[in-house]
Amino acid sequence: MDQGDSARALVTLAGVAKRYATGTLALRDVSLAIGEGGFLALLGPSGCGKSTLLRMIAGLVAPSQGDISWPGGAAASRDIGFVFQEPTLMPWATALANVALPLELAGMPRREAEARAAAMLARVELKGFEKAYPRALSGGMRMRVSIARALVTRPRLLLMDEPFAALDEITRFRLNNDLLDLWQEERFTVVFVTHSVFESVYLAQRIAVMAARPGRITAELPIGAPYPRGEVFRTSAAYAAQCREVSLALEAAMAARAA
Amino acid sequence: MMEEAPTRLGLTVEGWTRLLAPLLIGVAVLGLWEGIVRWKGIPPYVLPGPVLIAETLVKDWGPLSASLLVTLKVTALALLIAATLGLALAVLFAQSRVVELSLFPYAVILQVTPIVAIAPLIIIWVDDITLSLLICAWIVAFFPILSNTTVGLNSTDHNLLDLFRLYRASRWQVLWRLRLPTAMPFFLAGLRISGGLALIGAIVAEFVAGTGGSASGLAYRILEAGFQLQIPRMFAALVLVSATGIAIFLALSLASHLLLRRWHESAMGRGERR
Ligand SMILES: Nc1ncnc2c1ncn2[C@@H]1O[C@H](COP(=O)(O)OP(=O)(O)O)[C@@H](O)[C@H]1O
Ligand SMILES: [Mg+2]
Repeated sequence: MDQGDSARALVTLAGVAKRYATGTLALRDVSLAIGEGGFLALLGPSGCGKSTLLRMIAGLVAPSQGDISWPGGAAASRDIGFVFQEPTLMPWATALANVALPLELAGMPRREAEARAAAMLARVELKGFEKAYPRALSGGMRMRVSIARALVTRPRLLLMDEPFAALDEITRFRLNNDLLDLWQEERFTVVFVTHSVFESVYLAQRIAVMAARPGRITAELPIGAPYPRGEVFRTSAAYAAQCREVSLALEAAMAARAA
Repeated sequence: MMEEAPTRLGLTVEGWTRLLAPLLIGVAVLGLWEGIVRWKGIPPYVLPGPVLIAETLVKDWGPLSASLLVTLKVTALALLIAATLGLALAVLFAQSRVVELSLFPYAVILQVTPIVAIAPLIIIWVDDITLSLLICAWIVAFFPILSNTTVGLNSTDHNLLDLFRLYRASRWQVLWRLRLPTAMPFFLAGLRISGGLALIGAIVAEFVAGTGGSASGLAYRILEAGFQLQIPRMFAALVLVSATGIAIFLALSLASHLLLRRWHESAMGRGERR
Protein backbone atom coordinates (compact mmCIF):
# COMPACT_ATOMS: atom_id res chain seq x y z
CA MET A 1 0.00 0.00 0.00
CA ASP A 2 1.51 3.29 -0.99
CA GLN A 3 0.27 6.29 0.90
CA GLY A 4 1.60 9.64 -0.04
CA ASP A 5 4.88 8.98 -1.75
CA SER A 6 3.38 9.46 -5.16
CA ALA A 7 0.67 11.75 -3.81
CA ARG A 8 1.02 15.50 -4.07
CA ALA A 9 3.32 17.26 -1.68
CA LEU A 10 1.90 18.86 1.47
CA VAL A 11 5.06 20.90 1.90
CA THR A 12 8.22 21.29 -0.14
CA LEU A 13 11.61 22.67 0.84
CA ALA A 14 13.80 24.07 -1.91
CA GLY A 15 17.45 24.93 -1.32
CA VAL A 16 16.86 25.66 2.35
CA ALA A 17 19.78 26.69 4.55
CA LYS A 18 19.99 27.83 8.14
CA ARG A 19 22.82 29.74 9.74
CA TYR A 20 22.25 30.61 13.40
CA ALA A 21 23.29 33.94 14.86
CA THR A 22 26.19 32.09 16.51
CA GLY A 23 27.61 31.37 13.04
CA THR A 24 26.76 27.65 13.06
CA LEU A 25 25.65 26.46 9.65
CA ALA A 26 22.97 24.02 10.81
CA LEU A 27 21.60 23.16 7.38
CA ARG A 28 22.83 23.64 3.84
CA ASP A 29 20.91 23.31 0.59
CA VAL A 30 18.13 21.03 1.78
CA SER A 31 15.49 20.13 -0.76
CA LEU A 32 12.71 17.82 0.24
CA ALA A 33 9.12 17.09 -0.72
CA ILE A 34 6.86 15.80 2.01
CA GLY A 35 3.99 13.86 0.49
CA GLU A 36 0.50 14.38 1.87
CA GLY A 37 -0.53 11.47 4.10
CA GLY A 38 2.97 9.95 4.12
CA PHE A 39 5.23 8.85 6.93
CA LEU A 40 8.70 10.32 6.51
CA ALA A 41 11.58 9.69 8.90
CA LEU A 42 14.54 12.05 9.23
CA LEU A 43 17.49 9.94 10.31
CA GLY A 44 20.90 11.24 11.30
CA PRO A 45 23.49 11.66 14.04
CA SER A 46 22.91 14.32 16.66
CA GLY A 47 23.85 17.80 15.54
CA CYS A 48 23.00 17.22 11.88
CA GLY A 49 20.14 19.71 11.99
CA LYS A 50 17.13 17.41 12.35
CA SER A 51 15.48 19.56 14.99
CA THR A 52 16.27 22.70 13.06
CA LEU A 53 14.64 21.26 9.95
CA LEU A 54 11.55 20.21 11.88
CA ARG A 55 11.24 23.56 13.62
CA MET A 56 11.58 25.29 10.28
CA ILE A 57 8.66 23.33 8.86
CA ALA A 58 6.68 24.27 11.99
CA GLY A 59 7.45 27.94 11.38
CA LEU A 60 9.34 28.25 14.67
CA VAL A 61 12.64 28.99 12.92
CA ALA A 62 13.01 31.06 9.76
CA PRO A 63 15.27 29.74 6.99
CA SER A 64 18.23 31.96 6.13
CA GLN A 65 18.02 30.86 2.50
CA GLY A 66 15.64 28.95 0.27
CA ASP A 67 11.90 28.46 0.28
CA ILE A 68 9.37 26.44 2.17
CA SER A 69 6.11 26.22 0.25
CA TRP A 70 2.75 24.64 0.84
CA PRO A 71 1.36 23.62 -2.59
CA GLY A 72 -2.11 22.92 -1.24
CA GLY A 73 -2.39 26.34 0.35
CA ALA A 74 -0.71 28.13 3.24
CA ALA A 75 -3.56 27.18 5.58
CA ALA A 76 -1.82 23.82 6.01
CA SER A 77 1.18 25.58 7.54
CA ARG A 78 -0.99 26.48 10.51
CA ASP A 79 -2.46 23.00 10.78
CA ILE A 80 0.41 21.34 12.63
CA GLY A 81 0.90 19.22 15.73
CA PHE A 82 4.33 19.03 17.35
CA VAL A 83 5.73 16.42 19.73
CA PHE A 84 9.02 17.20 21.47
CA GLN A 85 11.61 14.76 22.79
CA GLU A 86 10.42 15.55 26.31
CA PRO A 87 6.67 15.33 26.92
CA THR A 88 6.71 19.10 27.60
CA LEU A 89 3.50 19.13 29.60
CA MET A 90 2.35 21.91 31.90
CA PRO A 91 2.95 20.41 35.37
CA TRP A 92 0.21 22.52 36.97
CA ALA A 93 -2.47 21.22 34.61
CA THR A 94 -4.20 17.84 34.48
CA ALA A 95 -3.79 15.49 31.54
CA LEU A 96 -7.16 16.69 30.27
CA ALA A 97 -6.28 20.38 30.57
CA ASN A 98 -2.94 19.76 28.85
CA VAL A 99 -4.62 18.09 25.90
CA ALA A 100 -7.35 20.75 25.72
CA LEU A 101 -4.77 23.55 25.58
CA PRO A 102 -4.43 23.91 21.78
CA LEU A 103 -8.20 24.08 21.38
CA GLU A 104 -8.60 26.63 24.16
CA LEU A 105 -5.79 28.77 22.75
CA ALA A 106 -7.77 28.82 19.51
CA GLY A 107 -10.75 30.15 21.42
CA MET A 108 -12.89 27.04 21.71
CA PRO A 109 -15.22 27.11 24.75
CA ARG A 110 -13.80 25.08 27.63
CA ARG A 111 -16.57 22.47 27.76
CA GLU A 112 -16.28 21.57 24.11
CA ALA A 113 -12.48 21.62 24.24
CA GLU A 114 -12.47 19.28 27.23
CA ALA A 115 -14.94 16.92 25.62
CA ARG A 116 -12.68 16.62 22.58
CA ALA A 117 -9.60 16.30 24.75
CA ALA A 118 -11.24 13.46 26.70
CA ALA A 119 -12.04 11.66 23.45
CA MET A 120 -8.44 12.11 22.30
CA LEU A 121 -7.08 10.80 25.60
CA ALA A 122 -9.22 7.72 25.12
CA ARG A 123 -7.68 7.31 21.64
CA VAL A 124 -4.20 7.12 23.16
CA GLU A 125 -5.44 4.62 25.76
CA LEU A 126 -5.49 7.04 28.69
CA LYS A 127 -9.17 6.82 29.54
CA GLY A 128 -9.52 7.30 33.29
CA PHE A 129 -6.40 9.46 33.59
CA GLU A 130 -8.11 12.77 32.70
CA LYS A 131 -7.71 14.20 36.20
CA ALA A 132 -4.12 12.98 36.70
CA TYR A 133 -1.29 15.49 36.92
CA PRO A 134 1.83 14.81 34.82
CA ARG A 135 3.82 14.09 37.97
CA ALA A 136 1.64 11.06 38.66
CA LEU A 137 2.09 9.56 35.18
CA SER A 138 4.85 7.29 33.88
CA GLY A 139 7.18 8.44 31.11
CA GLY A 140 5.26 6.49 28.48
CA MET A 141 1.94 7.86 29.66
CA ARG A 142 3.26 11.42 29.60
CA MET A 143 4.36 10.89 26.02
CA ARG A 144 0.88 9.62 25.19
CA VAL A 145 -0.61 12.80 26.65
CA SER A 146 1.83 14.79 24.53
CA ILE A 147 0.75 12.91 21.41
CA ALA A 148 -2.91 13.41 22.29
CA ARG A 149 -2.28 17.14 22.64
CA ALA A 150 -0.58 17.25 19.23
CA LEU A 151 -3.46 15.39 17.58
CA VAL A 152 -6.41 17.02 19.33
CA THR A 153 -6.70 19.73 16.69
CA ARG A 154 -6.82 17.02 13.98
CA PRO A 155 -3.77 18.51 12.25
CA ARG A 156 -2.81 17.63 8.70
CA LEU A 157 0.85 17.43 9.66
CA LEU A 158 2.36 15.81 12.75
CA LEU A 159 5.97 16.71 13.49
CA MET A 160 7.78 14.51 16.03
CA ASP A 161 11.28 15.26 17.32
CA GLU A 162 12.80 12.04 18.72
CA PRO A 163 9.64 11.53 20.75
CA PHE A 164 10.47 8.09 22.12
CA ALA A 165 14.23 8.43 22.56
CA ALA A 166 14.00 8.72 26.35
CA LEU A 167 11.70 5.72 26.83
CA ASP A 168 12.60 2.12 27.57
CA GLU A 169 12.49 -0.31 24.66
CA ILE A 170 9.27 -2.09 25.62
CA THR A 171 7.39 1.18 26.00
CA ARG A 172 8.94 2.46 22.78
CA PHE A 173 7.78 -0.57 20.79
CA ARG A 174 4.24 -0.20 22.10
CA LEU A 175 4.15 3.50 21.28
CA ASN A 176 5.57 2.76 17.80
CA ASN A 177 2.66 0.41 17.15
CA ASP A 178 0.07 2.77 18.59
CA LEU A 179 1.43 5.65 16.54
CA LEU A 180 1.20 3.57 13.36
CA ASP A 181 -2.40 2.61 14.22
CA LEU A 182 -3.36 6.26 14.75
CA TRP A 183 -1.68 7.23 11.50
CA GLN A 184 -3.45 4.45 9.59
CA GLU A 185 -6.81 5.53 10.94
CA GLU A 186 -6.51 9.31 10.75
CA ARG A 187 -4.36 9.72 7.65
CA PHE A 188 -2.37 12.74 8.77
CA THR A 189 1.14 13.32 7.44
CA VAL A 190 4.04 12.46 9.73
CA VAL A 191 7.61 13.72 9.82
CA PHE A 192 9.41 11.69 12.46
CA VAL A 193 12.91 12.61 13.62
CA THR A 194 15.02 9.81 15.05
CA HIS A 195 18.61 8.70 15.39
CA SER A 196 17.61 5.05 15.47
CA VAL A 197 17.96 3.07 12.24
CA PHE A 198 15.68 0.35 13.61
CA GLU A 199 12.93 2.75 14.61
CA SER A 200 12.99 4.60 11.29
CA VAL A 201 12.77 1.40 9.24
CA TYR A 202 9.98 0.03 11.39
CA LEU A 203 7.86 3.17 11.13
CA ALA A 204 8.49 5.04 7.93
CA GLN A 205 7.52 4.78 4.29
CA ARG A 206 10.51 6.86 3.37
CA ILE A 207 13.72 7.75 5.17
CA ALA A 208 15.77 10.86 4.55
CA VAL A 209 19.31 10.18 5.75
CA MET A 210 21.17 13.24 7.01
CA ALA A 211 24.82 14.10 7.59
CA ALA A 212 26.33 16.75 9.85
CA ARG A 213 28.65 19.75 9.49
CA PRO A 214 26.95 21.18 7.61
CA GLY A 215 23.58 19.45 8.02
CA ARG A 216 22.24 18.08 4.75
CA ILE A 217 20.24 15.23 3.27
CA THR A 218 22.51 12.64 1.67
CA ALA A 219 20.06 9.91 0.67
CA GLU A 220 16.36 9.13 0.49
CA LEU A 221 15.33 5.52 0.81
CA PRO A 222 11.84 4.05 0.41
CA ILE A 223 10.78 1.30 2.81
CA GLY A 224 8.40 -0.86 0.83
CA ALA A 225 7.00 -3.08 3.57
CA PRO A 226 3.21 -2.94 3.79
CA TYR A 227 1.20 -1.72 6.77
CA PRO A 228 0.09 -2.72 9.30
CA ARG A 229 3.57 -3.62 10.43
CA GLY A 230 3.72 -5.63 13.63
CA GLU A 231 6.07 -7.80 15.58
CA VAL A 232 6.17 -10.19 12.63
CA PHE A 233 7.75 -7.45 10.51
CA ARG A 234 10.10 -6.47 13.33
CA THR A 235 11.56 -9.99 13.36
CA SER A 236 11.49 -10.62 9.59
CA ALA A 237 14.44 -11.02 7.25
CA ALA A 238 13.05 -8.20 5.10
CA TYR A 239 13.25 -5.83 8.11
CA ALA A 240 16.83 -6.90 8.82
CA ALA A 241 17.79 -6.34 5.19
CA GLN A 242 16.23 -2.87 5.16
CA CYS A 243 17.98 -1.96 8.40
CA ARG A 244 21.26 -3.05 6.87
CA GLU A 245 20.66 -0.95 3.77
CA VAL A 246 19.78 2.13 5.83
CA SER A 247 22.76 1.59 8.15
CA LEU A 248 25.07 1.55 5.16
CA ALA A 249 23.53 4.77 3.83
CA LEU A 250 23.99 6.35 7.26
CA GLU A 251 27.58 5.18 7.43
CA ALA A 252 28.27 6.62 3.99
CA ALA A 253 26.66 9.88 5.07
CA MET A 254 28.85 10.08 8.15
CA ALA A 255 32.01 9.24 6.21
CA ALA A 256 31.37 11.76 3.44
CA ARG A 257 32.92 15.18 3.93
CA ALA A 258 31.04 18.20 2.78
CA ALA A 259 31.44 18.48 -0.99
CA MET B 1 3.36 6.40 42.36
CA MET B 2 5.62 6.10 45.37
CA GLU B 3 4.75 3.77 48.21
CA GLU B 4 2.94 5.24 51.20
CA ALA B 5 4.78 5.45 54.50
CA PRO B 6 2.97 3.66 57.38
CA THR B 7 1.03 5.95 59.70
CA ARG B 8 0.33 5.97 63.45
CA LEU B 9 -2.66 7.97 64.72
CA GLY B 10 -2.87 9.91 61.47
CA LEU B 11 0.79 10.90 61.24
CA THR B 12 3.82 9.09 59.84
CA VAL B 13 6.72 8.26 62.16
CA GLU B 14 8.60 11.04 60.40
CA GLY B 15 5.67 13.39 61.07
CA TRP B 16 5.58 12.56 64.79
CA THR B 17 9.33 13.07 65.06
CA ARG B 18 9.05 16.44 63.38
CA LEU B 19 6.31 17.44 65.80
CA LEU B 20 7.55 15.95 69.05
CA ALA B 21 11.33 16.39 68.85
CA PRO B 22 11.33 20.23 68.76
CA LEU B 23 8.54 20.28 71.34
CA LEU B 24 10.61 18.17 73.70
CA ILE B 25 13.63 20.44 73.30
CA GLY B 26 11.42 23.47 73.95
CA VAL B 27 9.96 22.02 77.13
CA ALA B 28 13.42 21.01 78.37
CA VAL B 29 14.89 24.48 77.78
CA LEU B 30 11.96 26.23 79.46
CA GLY B 31 12.19 23.85 82.44
CA LEU B 32 15.92 24.51 82.78
CA TRP B 33 15.32 28.27 82.54
CA GLU B 34 12.63 28.19 85.24
CA GLY B 35 14.83 25.97 87.41
CA ILE B 36 17.86 28.26 87.19
CA VAL B 37 15.81 31.39 87.87
CA ARG B 38 14.29 29.81 91.01
CA TRP B 39 17.41 28.04 92.24
CA LYS B 40 19.68 31.11 91.83
CA GLY B 41 16.95 33.46 93.01
CA ILE B 42 17.37 35.77 89.98
CA PRO B 43 15.07 38.77 90.44
CA PRO B 44 12.29 39.23 87.80
CA TYR B 45 13.65 42.65 86.71
CA VAL B 46 16.80 40.91 85.53
CA LEU B 47 15.40 37.70 84.12
CA PRO B 48 11.84 36.54 84.69
CA GLY B 49 11.09 32.82 84.49
CA PRO B 50 8.78 31.36 81.85
CA VAL B 51 5.98 30.86 84.39
CA LEU B 52 5.99 34.53 85.38
CA ILE B 53 6.10 35.56 81.72
CA ALA B 54 3.10 33.36 81.00
CA GLU B 55 1.25 34.84 83.98
CA THR B 56 2.03 38.35 82.76
CA LEU B 57 0.84 37.42 79.29
CA VAL B 58 -2.52 36.43 80.74
CA LYS B 59 -2.75 39.33 83.22
CA ASP B 60 -1.82 42.03 80.65
CA TRP B 61 -3.65 40.40 77.77
CA GLY B 62 -5.89 43.47 77.31
CA PRO B 63 -3.24 46.06 76.29
CA LEU B 64 -0.95 43.41 74.79
CA SER B 65 -3.59 42.00 72.48
CA ALA B 66 -4.58 45.52 71.40
CA SER B 67 -0.93 46.17 70.48
CA LEU B 68 -0.68 42.82 68.77
CA LEU B 69 -3.64 43.76 66.60
CA VAL B 70 -2.03 47.07 65.63
CA THR B 71 1.25 45.39 64.61
CA LEU B 72 -0.57 42.60 62.85
CA LYS B 73 -2.65 45.04 60.82
CA VAL B 74 0.40 46.99 59.66
CA THR B 75 2.24 43.75 58.81
CA ALA B 76 -0.64 42.18 56.92
CA LEU B 77 -1.45 45.31 54.95
CA ALA B 78 2.22 45.89 54.09
CA LEU B 79 2.52 42.29 52.93
CA LEU B 80 -0.63 42.55 50.85
CA ILE B 81 0.58 45.70 49.12
CA ALA B 82 4.06 44.25 48.65
CA ALA B 83 2.59 41.11 47.09
CA THR B 84 0.29 43.03 44.76
CA LEU B 85 2.86 45.60 43.68
CA GLY B 86 5.68 43.04 43.49
CA LEU B 87 3.65 40.77 41.27
CA ALA B 88 2.41 43.63 39.10
CA LEU B 89 5.89 45.09 38.64
CA ALA B 90 7.37 41.65 37.90
CA VAL B 91 4.74 41.14 35.20
CA LEU B 92 5.60 44.55 33.77
CA PHE B 93 9.30 43.57 33.78
CA ALA B 94 8.47 40.37 31.94
CA GLN B 95 6.62 42.32 29.27
CA SER B 96 9.30 44.93 28.72
CA ARG B 97 13.02 44.41 29.05
CA VAL B 98 13.62 48.18 28.94
CA VAL B 99 11.36 48.76 31.93
CA GLU B 100 13.11 45.97 33.81
CA LEU B 101 16.58 47.31 33.07
CA SER B 102 15.64 50.85 34.06
CA LEU B 103 13.73 50.08 37.28
CA PHE B 104 15.42 47.02 38.74
CA PRO B 105 18.50 48.88 40.08
CA TYR B 106 16.21 51.12 42.14
CA ALA B 107 14.44 48.12 43.59
CA VAL B 108 17.87 46.85 44.62
CA ILE B 109 18.73 50.21 46.23
CA LEU B 110 15.48 50.03 48.17
CA GLN B 111 16.47 46.57 49.31
CA VAL B 112 20.06 47.22 50.41
CA THR B 113 19.38 50.46 52.30
CA PRO B 114 18.97 49.54 56.01
CA ILE B 115 15.43 50.23 57.09
CA VAL B 116 16.56 51.61 60.48
CA ALA B 117 18.47 54.31 58.62
CA ILE B 118 15.58 55.55 56.49
CA ALA B 119 12.73 54.96 58.95
CA PRO B 120 13.33 58.32 60.77
CA LEU B 121 13.14 60.18 57.45
CA ILE B 122 9.95 58.46 56.44
CA ILE B 123 8.41 59.19 59.82
CA ILE B 124 9.33 62.87 59.45
CA TRP B 125 8.07 63.14 55.88
CA VAL B 126 4.84 61.26 56.36
CA ASP B 127 2.45 62.88 58.82
CA ASP B 128 0.37 59.85 59.53
CA ILE B 129 2.24 57.47 61.81
CA THR B 130 0.39 54.33 60.74
CA LEU B 131 1.09 55.17 57.12
CA SER B 132 4.81 55.62 57.78
CA LEU B 133 4.95 52.28 59.60
CA LEU B 134 3.20 50.75 56.64
CA ILE B 135 5.71 52.22 54.20
CA CYS B 136 8.66 50.92 56.23
CA ALA B 137 7.21 47.42 56.46
CA TRP B 138 6.39 47.51 52.76
CA ILE B 139 9.93 48.53 51.75
CA VAL B 140 11.50 45.46 53.35
CA ALA B 141 8.75 43.07 52.20
CA PHE B 142 8.68 44.23 48.61
CA PHE B 143 11.98 43.07 47.15
CA PRO B 144 11.91 39.29 47.75
CA ILE B 145 8.53 39.10 46.07
CA LEU B 146 9.61 41.23 43.13
CA SER B 147 12.89 39.44 42.50
CA ASN B 148 11.53 35.94 43.02
CA THR B 149 8.55 36.52 40.76
CA THR B 150 10.78 38.07 38.10
CA VAL B 151 13.00 34.99 38.10
CA GLY B 152 9.89 32.79 37.99
CA LEU B 153 8.37 34.60 35.03
CA ASN B 154 11.62 34.09 33.12
CA SER B 155 11.93 30.38 33.98
CA THR B 156 9.42 29.24 31.40
CA ASP B 157 10.19 26.00 29.56
CA HIS B 158 11.46 26.92 26.08
CA ASN B 159 9.64 24.07 24.41
CA LEU B 160 6.36 25.11 26.03
CA LEU B 161 6.96 28.64 24.77
CA ASP B 162 7.48 27.20 21.28
CA LEU B 163 4.29 25.22 21.64
CA PHE B 164 2.34 28.37 22.50
CA ARG B 165 3.96 30.05 19.53
CA LEU B 166 2.98 27.15 17.26
CA TYR B 167 -0.64 27.62 18.29
CA ARG B 168 -0.37 31.37 17.81
CA ALA B 169 -1.14 32.21 21.42
CA SER B 170 -1.50 35.90 22.23
CA ARG B 171 0.88 37.67 24.60
CA TRP B 172 -1.89 37.64 27.17
CA GLN B 173 -2.44 33.88 26.80
CA VAL B 174 1.28 33.24 27.19
CA LEU B 175 1.34 35.36 30.33
CA TRP B 176 -1.82 33.99 31.89
CA ARG B 177 -1.55 30.33 30.95
CA LEU B 178 2.21 29.83 30.92
CA ARG B 179 4.36 32.48 32.58
CA LEU B 180 2.24 33.12 35.67
CA PRO B 181 1.72 29.44 36.56
CA THR B 182 5.46 28.86 36.08
CA ALA B 183 6.19 31.79 38.40
CA MET B 184 3.72 30.69 41.06
CA PRO B 185 6.13 28.60 43.22
CA PHE B 186 8.73 31.38 43.01
CA PHE B 187 6.18 34.00 44.02
CA LEU B 188 5.03 31.91 46.97
CA ALA B 189 8.62 31.35 48.13
CA GLY B 190 9.11 35.13 48.00
CA LEU B 191 5.91 35.66 49.92
CA ARG B 192 7.11 33.35 52.68
CA ILE B 193 10.32 35.32 53.09
CA SER B 194 8.48 38.63 52.92
CA GLY B 195 5.96 37.64 55.61
CA GLY B 196 8.68 37.57 58.25
CA LEU B 197 10.37 40.66 56.83
CA ALA B 198 7.16 42.69 56.90
CA LEU B 199 6.81 41.96 60.62
CA ILE B 200 10.44 42.95 61.25
CA GLY B 201 9.95 46.11 59.20
CA ALA B 202 6.86 47.05 61.17
CA ILE B 203 8.57 46.42 64.53
CA VAL B 204 11.73 48.32 63.58
CA ALA B 205 9.70 51.30 62.39
CA GLU B 206 7.68 51.28 65.61
CA PHE B 207 10.88 51.28 67.62
CA VAL B 208 12.16 54.28 65.69
CA ALA B 209 8.83 56.10 65.91
CA GLY B 210 8.35 55.31 69.59
CA THR B 211 4.75 56.23 69.08
CA GLY B 212 2.31 56.72 71.92
CA GLY B 213 -1.44 57.03 71.97
CA SER B 214 -3.96 54.62 70.64
CA ALA B 215 -2.14 53.22 67.63
CA SER B 216 0.76 51.65 69.47
CA GLY B 217 2.02 48.22 68.49
CA LEU B 218 4.07 45.54 70.19
CA ALA B 219 7.38 47.35 69.80
CA TYR B 220 5.95 50.28 71.72
CA ARG B 221 4.90 47.89 74.51
CA ILE B 222 8.46 46.57 74.66
CA LEU B 223 9.90 50.10 74.84
CA GLU B 224 7.34 51.19 77.43
CA ALA B 225 7.88 48.16 79.62
CA GLY B 226 11.63 48.72 79.38
CA PHE B 227 11.34 52.32 80.63
CA GLN B 228 9.09 51.21 83.47
CA LEU B 229 11.39 48.29 84.29
CA GLN B 230 8.45 45.91 83.88
CA ILE B 231 10.73 43.24 82.50
CA PRO B 232 8.20 40.35 82.63
CA ARG B 233 5.86 42.43 80.48
CA MET B 234 8.70 43.19 78.07
CA PHE B 235 9.32 39.47 77.74
CA ALA B 236 5.62 38.81 77.26
CA ALA B 237 5.51 41.29 74.37
CA LEU B 238 8.65 39.72 72.94
CA VAL B 239 7.02 36.29 73.10
CA LEU B 240 4.07 37.69 71.16
CA VAL B 241 6.35 39.12 68.47
CA SER B 242 8.07 35.76 67.99
CA ALA B 243 4.78 33.87 68.05
CA THR B 244 3.39 36.24 65.42
CA GLY B 245 6.42 35.69 63.20
CA ILE B 246 6.08 31.93 63.52
CA ALA B 247 2.34 32.08 62.87
CA ILE B 248 2.84 34.16 59.72
CA PHE B 249 5.47 31.76 58.44
CA LEU B 250 3.31 28.70 59.14
CA ALA B 251 0.22 30.27 57.58
CA LEU B 252 2.10 31.21 54.40
CA SER B 253 3.77 27.79 54.24
CA LEU B 254 0.40 26.12 54.53
CA ALA B 255 -1.10 28.35 51.84
CA SER B 256 1.84 27.58 49.57
CA HIS B 257 1.54 23.86 50.23
CA LEU B 258 -2.18 23.83 49.49
CA LEU B 259 -1.72 25.75 46.25
CA LEU B 260 1.15 23.64 44.94
CA ARG B 261 0.66 20.18 46.41
CA ARG B 262 -0.94 18.67 43.35
CA TRP B 263 1.89 19.43 40.97
CA HIS B 264 5.04 20.96 42.40
CA GLU B 265 8.10 19.07 43.70
CA SER B 266 8.58 21.44 46.64
CA ALA B 267 5.13 20.55 47.98
CA MET B 268 5.64 16.79 47.90
CA GLY B 269 5.53 14.92 51.19
CA ARG B 270 8.85 13.78 52.64
CA GLY B 271 8.07 10.12 52.01
CA GLU B 272 7.10 10.80 48.43
CA ARG B 273 10.25 12.62 47.46
CA ARG B 274 13.22 10.57 46.33
N1 LIG C 1 19.19 28.15 18.68
C1 LIG C 1 20.41 27.79 18.23
N2 LIG C 1 21.40 28.70 18.19
C2 LIG C 1 22.63 28.36 17.72
N3 LIG C 1 22.96 27.15 17.27
C3 LIG C 1 22.01 26.21 17.29
C4 LIG C 1 20.69 26.46 17.77
N4 LIG C 1 19.98 25.34 17.66
C5 LIG C 1 20.80 24.41 17.15
N5 LIG C 1 22.03 24.92 16.91
C6 LIG C 1 23.17 24.21 16.31
O1 LIG C 1 22.79 23.75 15.04
C7 LIG C 1 23.27 22.44 14.80
C8 LIG C 1 22.10 21.52 14.53
O2 LIG C 1 21.32 21.40 15.71
P1 LIG C 1 19.97 20.56 15.77
O3 LIG C 1 19.06 21.04 14.71
O4 LIG C 1 19.46 20.62 17.17
O5 LIG C 1 20.50 19.10 15.43
P2 LIG C 1 19.88 17.67 15.81
O6 LIG C 1 18.46 17.86 16.19
O7 LIG C 1 20.07 16.84 14.59
O8 LIG C 1 20.71 17.14 16.94
C9 LIG C 1 24.05 22.05 16.04
O9 LIG C 1 25.43 22.28 15.77
C10 LIG C 1 23.56 22.98 17.10
O10 LIG C 1 24.56 23.26 18.03
MG1 LIG D 1 17.44 17.36 17.99
